[in-house]
Amino acid sequence: MKALKFLLQKEFRQIFRNPAILRMIFIMPIIQLMVIPMAADYEVKNVNIAVADHDHSVSSQQLIQKIAASRYFRLINYSNSYQQAIKYIESDKADIVLEIPLHFERDIVKENYSKLFLSVNAVNGMKGNLGAAYLQNIIHDYNDILRLKWIQLPKISAQPFIETVVINRFNTLLNYKIFMAPGVMVTLLTLVGSFLTALNIVKEKEVGTIEQINVTPIRKYHFILGKLIPFWILGLIVLSVSLLIIRIVYNVHPAGNIFNLYLFAAIYLLAVLGLGLLISTYADTQQQAMLISFFLLMIFIMLGGLFTPIDSMPYWVQKITWWLNPVSYFIEVVRMVVLKGSGLADIKNHILIILGFAIFFNSWAIINYRKTS
Amino acid sequence: MKNEPVIVVEKLTKQFGNFIAVDGISFEVNKGEIFGFLGANGAGKTTAMRMLCGLSIPTSGKAKVAGFDIYQQTENIKKNIGYMSQKFSLYEDLTVKENINFYAGIYGLNENQIKDKINYLVHHLHLQHQQNTLVKALPLGWKQKLAFSVAIVHDPAIVFLDEPTGGVDPVTRREFWEMIYDASEKGITIFVTTHYMDEAEYCNRVSIMVDGRIEALDSPKKLKQNFECVSMDEVFLKLARKATRSE
Repeated sequence: MKALKFLLQKEFRQIFRNPAILRMIFIMPIIQLMVIPMAADYEVKNVNIAVADHDHSVSSQQLIQKIAASRYFRLINYSNSYQQAIKYIESDKADIVLEIPLHFERDIVKENYSKLFLSVNAVNGMKGNLGAAYLQNIIHDYNDILRLKWIQLPKISAQPFIETVVINRFNTLLNYKIFMAPGVMVTLLTLVGSFLTALNIVKEKEVGTIEQINVTPIRKYHFILGKLIPFWILGLIVLSVSLLIIRIVYNVHPAGNIFNLYLFAAIYLLAVLGLGLLISTYADTQQQAMLISFFLLMIFIMLGGLFTPIDSMPYWVQKITWWLNPVSYFIEVVRMVVLKGSGLADIKNHILIILGFAIFFNSWAIINYRKTS
Repeated sequence: MKNEPVIVVEKLTKQFGNFIAVDGISFEVNKGEIFGFLGANGAGKTTAMRMLCGLSIPTSGKAKVAGFDIYQQTENIKKNIGYMSQKFSLYEDLTVKENINFYAGIYGLNENQIKDKINYLVHHLHLQHQQNTLVKALPLGWKQKLAFSVAIVHDPAIVFLDEPTGGVDPVTRREFWEMIYDASEKGITIFVTTHYMDEAEYCNRVSIMVDGRIEALDSPKKLKQNFECVSMDEVFLKLARKATRSE
């Protein structure tokens, strides 16, 4: 145990002497938490629209004005030729072409029926899809206005009419940032836990100091604990800094008990530290450790439900992520605790599973870590 | 002194795939002796040394270091040896004092002993003004002397030195060897590899390895007689030229 004291003392001295690590601990959470939730937002804005108006009527003008007034659309071209409008899509300057046919207004008045044509640039499927949906909403609204204007409604409408009322629970305003920020926090903790640990140990391999350690009577467990404990503490510091930033910048106050979050994070860090240790037993150079960590982290985050819901992934991918990906559990827990206010009973299973991950990674790493070759 | 072997090696072999790095070497080293372990690059010196330190498991053969078996009792061996590798192995981002403190601490010295060690070494190495300097800022020669002092900080029975003076200037090299003599006088057995033949002359006995085998083992004086040479340099060249493998 005395050896452990000296190992920890040495490790902390080195960490606090390394400006890169300190920068990573404080500046990285600030930048990532400020930028990513703002940018990684699925709401589609600034949809460029080109209009081909063959009608030139009051109604077509009103519709176009209504579209241009919306904050979602930017009218970039107005002409009377579909050929011209479609060129904007081809050159990627427009996302949607709206074609208003000749006699648009006359048909509405006389025949109670008219058609519009939308052509959508589906290279970016998400933007095209959502843009078209928004546009249809606007057209629908305009349709309602027309109906009120032209048709005298009887006191009791002849047609049945269903209205939907929606209440958004846990995130009332559907604020995407509140959803993203806690998730980004998870990636940060994963980064500190696995990257830093792996790099730290492999650096000792590269420099050769690990050989010197290996000829001393230090026990394997002491050496490993001496490496894990400092980064475990750093991870919890990053968590605290992150929670503070989320509170200040996004005004997110965790709905649940913050200690549950710390409890889960403490175990989660053990799991990712074990992963880092495992990587370090396979990598001989920092470059290798970087590549392995980057590869794993990329997969973990993409499949972890940070950006896209795990439920809509293919069945086999879901299996993989629930079996092998610790990140997905933490992302779920962090959202449960921060947004829904879930308690210990709700996250009990998550805690047990992540404990399993921690035992699995650490045992594998310890078995694989050898003082001799 | 002659009758008290601290290292006993019998037919020690290490094979990596088809490559036999160390090929059945046998020798003994006595207590307090300065034993020179010579050989060209790639002759298998470092591999042999790593096996004796418990860093590498032999393919076959027997060896005892400080009375402990190198297969079963590596942890006991580690308590009784010091090791200074080819690569510089102190922490460059720690100060002189912190390095001594760390290694003394993990070898189990107590607070007072550590304090005494730091004082003694700092004075002995004339590092009074550099004790709080990061090790990376020291000149190479000083670093090597410090590394040697740290390798014997726990007064081990044997210290293994793997090319300790590589790249060091002649004056510092001379000082380094004075330190080795001091340690030897205290009863620490020195096992040293080197490429400098003048250093080989300083050793009590010298072995010369060629292609994984020990081709000659005796005192420098006898070796020169047996091979009819005027210097160790000639002896070494005569033997090393027979080598068929290179790095």
